[in-house]
Amino acid sequence: MSTPAPLLDVQNLKVDFRTEDGVVHAVDDVSFQLRPGEVLAVVGESGSGKSVTAMTLMGLTRSPNATFGGTARLRDLDLISATDDELRAVRGKEIAMIFQDPMTSLNPVHRIGAQIVEQIQAHEDVSDAEARDRVVTLLERVGIPRAAERVDSYPHEFSGGMRQRVMIAMAMSCDPAILIADEPTTALDVTIQAQILREMRDLRERTGTAIILVTHDLGVVADIADRIAVMYAGRIVETGTLDEIFYDPQHPYTWGLLGSITRIDRERPERLPSIPGSPPSLIDRPEGCHFRPRCRHEFGDCVKYPALESRIPDSPGHQDRCWLSVDEKRARREIAPGQIGLESEGAVA
Amino acid sequence: MSEQATTNGKGTLLEVEHVKQYFPIRKGLLNRVHGHVHAVDDVTFDLAEGETLGLVGESGCGKTTLSRTIMRLIDPTDGRIEFQGKDITHIGRGEMRPLRSKMQMVFQDPFASLNPRKRVSQIIGGPLAMHGVPKEEIGRRTADLLKRVGLSAEHANRFPHEFSGGQRQRIGIARALALEPKLIVLDEPVSALDVSIQAQIINLLDDLQEQYGLTYLFVAHDLSVVRHVSDRIAVMYLGRIMELSPSEELYTKPIHPYTAALLSAIPVPDPRRNRERERIVVGGEPPSPVDPPSGCVFHTRCPRARDICRTEVPRLSAYPGGHVAACHFPLNVTAQEIEQSTKSPLSPTTSGDTKPELVEDPDAPLRSGSISP
Repeated sequence: MSTPAPLLDVQNLKVDFRTEDGVVHAVDDVSFQLRPGEVLAVVGESGSGKSVTAMTLMGLTRSPNATFGGTARLRDLDLISATDDELRAVRGKEIAMIFQDPMTSLNPVHRIGAQIVEQIQAHEDVSDAEARDRVVTLLERVGIPRAAERVDSYPHEFSGGMRQRVMIAMAMSCDPAILIADEPTTALDVTIQAQILREMRDLRERTGTAIILVTHDLGVVADIADRIAVMYAGRIVETGTLDEIFYDPQHPYTWGLLGSITRIDRERPERLPSIPGSPPSLIDRPEGCHFRPRCRHEFGDCVKYPALESRIPDSPGHQDRCWLSVDEKRARREIAPGQIGLESEGAVA
Repeated sequence: MSEQATTNGKGTLLEVEHVKQYFPIRKGLLNRVHGHVHAVDDVTFDLAEGETLGLVGESGCGKTTLSRTIMRLIDPTDGRIEFQGKDITHIGRGEMRPLRSKMQMVFQDPFASLNPRKRVSQIIGGPLAMHGVPKEEIGRRTADLLKRVGLSAEHANRFPHEFSGGQRQRIGIARALALEPKLIVLDEPVSALDVSIQAQIINLLDDLQEQYGLTYLFVAHDLSVVRHVSDRIAVMYLGRIMELSPSEELYTKPIHPYTAALLSAIPVPDPRRNRERERIVVGGEPPSPVDPPSGCVFHTRCPRARDICRTEVPRLSAYPGGHVAACHFPLNVTAQEIEQSTKSPLSPTTSGDTKPELVEDPDAPLRSGSISP
């Protein structure tokens, strides 16, 4: 496998927020790389730090109460230490973002066309007419019917799915190298979700844009991602390719996450497997492995800080933070019928 | 599980007959009515004691409106609602009050449905006090309820903000349980929760149903969650019931193209399967409920639609096994099953009486459910 140079290289990213109750360690020791044209899914539950990671890359978490550590290199620029002006130059042009809620991310008092034109003209020196033509093409490309007319509509005249398409068009307006999508389909109905996912897949094919997809929905991940990073309590606990994570998960939290999804393609289990307890406070985190208090396989070593490293000989890209040996993991990985995707076809085949 | 789509015999807790809920649209200086939102349009079903009916549909299909109408939180425009054999469609507040203790509701958003200024003891004890339970007993019962939903008695003195989403939902469930209801309407009780927590709450609901013989109406926006709780599932689209079926059969053998599309749209969390799976992406968006399409309301998006779909409202055909569906060109049924099908009494009053027709089309874009044999 040839590995092109990474487009984005995040090393030991750390984000802390000072609050009245203490310091919230929102993101801790997060490292990953993104290659051109790749879709990386960042998966986790609320409070796992997945959105903070995404927003930090865009410089959206900067505030007097936030402190940052580590680096995030986009070509020659470190997004963490960049000045506001430097960031402004790449934001929207090199790296663009779409948000969960398409209802609140468009300005309600401006026509949608004008909002996209504004972004184009912020980065490129083009005439109004030219920018407008480009917007119409963009809107057509994301599947908005009668784009030439709809370009003058206001956001309230659009449905949720249409607004999300507008957001995608806006994000794509300057051909960014990276698109960050933070729960892009969570607020949408399933049939519309399917349409938007198809749109994003087409887009990647056509433009080669790399996508960071932040989501809690493993179904969406299975549909579109190339690689996955599973986050828990601010850290990446496991990372690997789509198939590695789904068919050979190493971390007990990943097992729990995969196990507790309701599946429509399997026999219905008597009881839904669930992870007991709830995620820890990010102010006062458990020592060592943060998943320890909820983990059935906890043992003495778990109080030590587990590094994110590959523990499987032949797959250097498949890394996790669990002290169990690979053989123990594979043996203990409880797989009730109808649970994870491993048992049926056989992971080895 | 009930064998029949309609059972008028004993054991029926709730009957909903041809219920309509139209909301007027007022405009202009004189506030004239300019039209109606057809939120719920002629819906009939019943609910047997101890049963769970899943009510599924996308946003704006009228599922929440229907559940609120059943709870009498809004007055129906037309139709009849019977609870425990008593017609409650038009009864007044005074008469409704004792019945309220028998029908309770759990809401979607655990952050918005608990009063932030009240302690948990007041939130759960409130309904008890309102229904005249003596003070000494309220404390004891509240502690007991908290334990039943997996919290502890010490939590009684805390405020809602001290709890996580999953715990709050447990408090909402304890409140609904307080008056020992027969029916609990669960309006998207887990959609706001994380997956690992969703499973906890679903298992809890399952246990409680078994212990107390509860009847659930479980409203949800997608088909994956309801499967784990429901005995039967009704699929709604634009205010109408499209299909009503015993739970498992809906997944293996969806009859209505809309149900098949909904199933197909759910991404399966299994990459290999996903690659193999043939996906149908239904184009377009649901039409406006202000001016719903003529005939079958799904015809504007249906890949199987023909002329008759535009003109005649399809009857709800009852197929063997208590499976009913409103489609002129059904999927997954044999010629014999169509022959045996009858017009279900659940059918809307405006529906026609044309028997469904078998489509032998190898290229029919909608074929099977998502569970391959």
